Amino acid sequence: MNYENQEFFAPGHRACAGCAAPIIVKWVLKIAGPNTIIVNATGCLEVFSTPYPHSSWRLPWIHVAFENASAVASGIDAALKAQGKREGTNIIIFGGDGGTSDIGLQSLSGMAERGHDILYVMYDNEAYMNTGIQRSSSTPFGAWTTTSQVGPYNIIGKNEFKKPIAEIMAAHKIPYVATVNPAFLPDMKMKIEKALKIKGPKFIHAISSCTTGWRHDPSKTVEIMRLATETGIFPLWEIENGDFLKMKLTYVPKQRKPVEEYFKPQGRFRHLFQNPEKIKEIQKMVDEWWAKFENKN
Amino acid sequence: MVMMMLKGNEATAYAAKVAKVQVIPAYPITPSTLFPEKVSELISNGEMKAEFIPVESEHSALSAAIGAAATGARTMTATASQGLALMHEVLFIASGMRLPIVMAIGNRALSAPVNIWAEQQDTIAQRDSGWLQFYAENNQEALDLSLIAFRVAEDKRVLLPAMMGMDAFVLTHTMEPVDVPDESLVEKYLGPPEQKYPTLNPSQPSTFGAFVFPEHYMEFRYSQFVAMEHSKKVIDEAFEEFKNIFGREYRKVSGFMNEDADILLISMGSMTGTAREAIRKLREKGEKVGLIKLSVFRPFPKEELVEITKNARIVAVVDRNISIGFAGAIFTELVASYNNIEKKPKILNFILGLGGRDIRVEDYIEIYNRAKEAENRGVKEIQWINVDEDAVYEVEGPL
Repeated sequence: MNYENQEFFAPGHRACAGCAAPIIVKWVLKIAGPNTIIVNATGCLEVFSTPYPHSSWRLPWIHVAFENASAVASGIDAALKAQGKREGTNIIIFGGDGGTSDIGLQSLSGMAERGHDILYVMYDNEAYMNTGIQRSSSTPFGAWTTTSQVGPYNIIGKNEFKKPIAEIMAAHKIPYVATVNPAFLPDMKMKIEKALKIKGPKFIHAISSCTTGWRHDPSKTVEIMRLATETGIFPLWEIENGDFLKMKLTYVPKQRKPVEEYFKPQGRFRHLFQNPEKIKEIQKMVDEWWAKFENKN
Repeated sequence: MVMMMLKGNEATAYAAKVAKVQVIPAYPITPSTLFPEKVSELISNGEMKAEFIPVESEHSALSAAIGAAATGARTMTATASQGLALMHEVLFIASGMRLPIVMAIGNRALSAPVNIWAEQQDTIAQRDSGWLQFYAENNQEALDLSLIAFRVAEDKRVLLPAMMGMDAFVLTHTMEPVDVPDESLVEKYLGPPEQKYPTLNPSQPSTFGAFVFPEHYMEFRYSQFVAMEHSKKVIDEAFEEFKNIFGREYRKVSGFMNEDADILLISMGSMTGTAREAIRKLREKGEKVGLIKLSVFRPFPKEELVEITKNARIVAVVDRNISIGFAGAIFTELVASYNNIEKKPKILNFILGLGGRDIRVEDYIEIYNRAKEAENRGVKEIQWINVDEDAVYEVEGPL
């Protein structure tokens, strides 16, 4: 079935202009269709889409708390089974990077281990944007946030590397894990469609620009997210059944752009240009990641 | 009807079975682990049809219960102590979302220091969470009150979750003969397990757990308050109907040798049997003493408690919990229940049995003697029974 002409995520919500999260949500729902139940972890998406008494959700939707969306979804899965209504209904979770990689990691891991038939979509804006741009384990190395501030005693912002959440989920040997970028819509649609056809736990890691936290012009959202992949910083891939050796890159840039092209339009990386050495370091890490594949070919 | 030898935890697992509970998410914790074990056994050998979710924490147990109940399934879980404390956040969400989940609790002390034995602090600490609270004296009550909890929680005038407490080990791990009612009778009492309130249903999409601003939030809270007040009547009806179908009688507050008593003891949970024995002994010696048993703590049965205690000279409230900084919870609430009532008995508080310290007939006799002293002279309002005060004063300084 194709629901591309239907909107299950109504306009009029309160997301910032240029927020990428609604793009991701809208397309996931178009592909999933009406027979779908949504679970939402606490975060921007929950707040901007359900200001009582309004709701943007034209599908059954539930928000319980920050860290437990996967457990809530597990309960829905079990209830539908017990009622003999499990067949044909999608259960989809949306969580931000904090609700997924940090506080929600335990319940997510539990859901994956127990093998529930659920699609988890993480929209990764790389910080706690809902509470005002605090660093999460998913914030990239070198990024400024309000809790990884830049000053004479900390010239690089966040000193630690981004937690590889999609790889962690693939290590659970669940049937399907993929990274997606809404700037690469056909690739994203293909992966959502594929994930929804597979029984069991699926995890999709979507990069999701936040104009407020990344500090960029709201009109540049898609352009900047495109650069995340064109520079090789956010590669697009899929892993089935935890088989890392068969990891499939679904998009290979013809010529990877230098990472500073991605950093330049974003205020959160501005300070790095005072320390070009750090940019070189990051470039080296990206090159090393890609070298594994380039050598293989 | 089948008579079985069951531990308290098993009795609540059988309650889940005969209530045709559809989803049971649970996580092991002493002393309630026998619940998920028994459920797993009953499902594995085909005696029970339910979805068991062996979750990875108590927080997830209650979260999964919320997901299941929001989908319209009759849902039950069990926990104790640290597990209940870990659920704290989610308890408020379950009641705020008006989901009639039932949870059996093995009442156990909280850390630190770590202790796995009987105390009612775990559930008392959650008294503000918007859940109904029942307390069992024995394993038959543990089963019956679990069924009654479903009946009240699922009533559309209530729609609030309920916990049913039974003391660690004294009940959870002690075998007693229990009458396990027929499923058909239970279905007559509870109705079918599929719930009728609005649920997560793709053919009627609704938003659950929205973001609510100050202009609407208070009405949601007041709704909960009103529903809890309504539950008082619904509980009485549920007790009455239970008696009609199963023949066993329950009351929120029940008296024993209390009619002409000058001094009344108040008890809740498994130690009530011990208290009854002490009352009998004292009565043999001609003492005018009686006992009041509390089976429901939320909603607090203040009208019934005042009515049954108002003619006594002294009420000795026995609390197996302590709110550090004030007093035991039953004492506090009984005193508050007498607000704006002029004629009131002298009310004293006795703390005992924390962390599983044995509660003996002698302890109740000691409580009675101390309460009797208060007839002639002033005594400490809050007294700890069977505790080595000197050892504590040596470290903390005297009180």
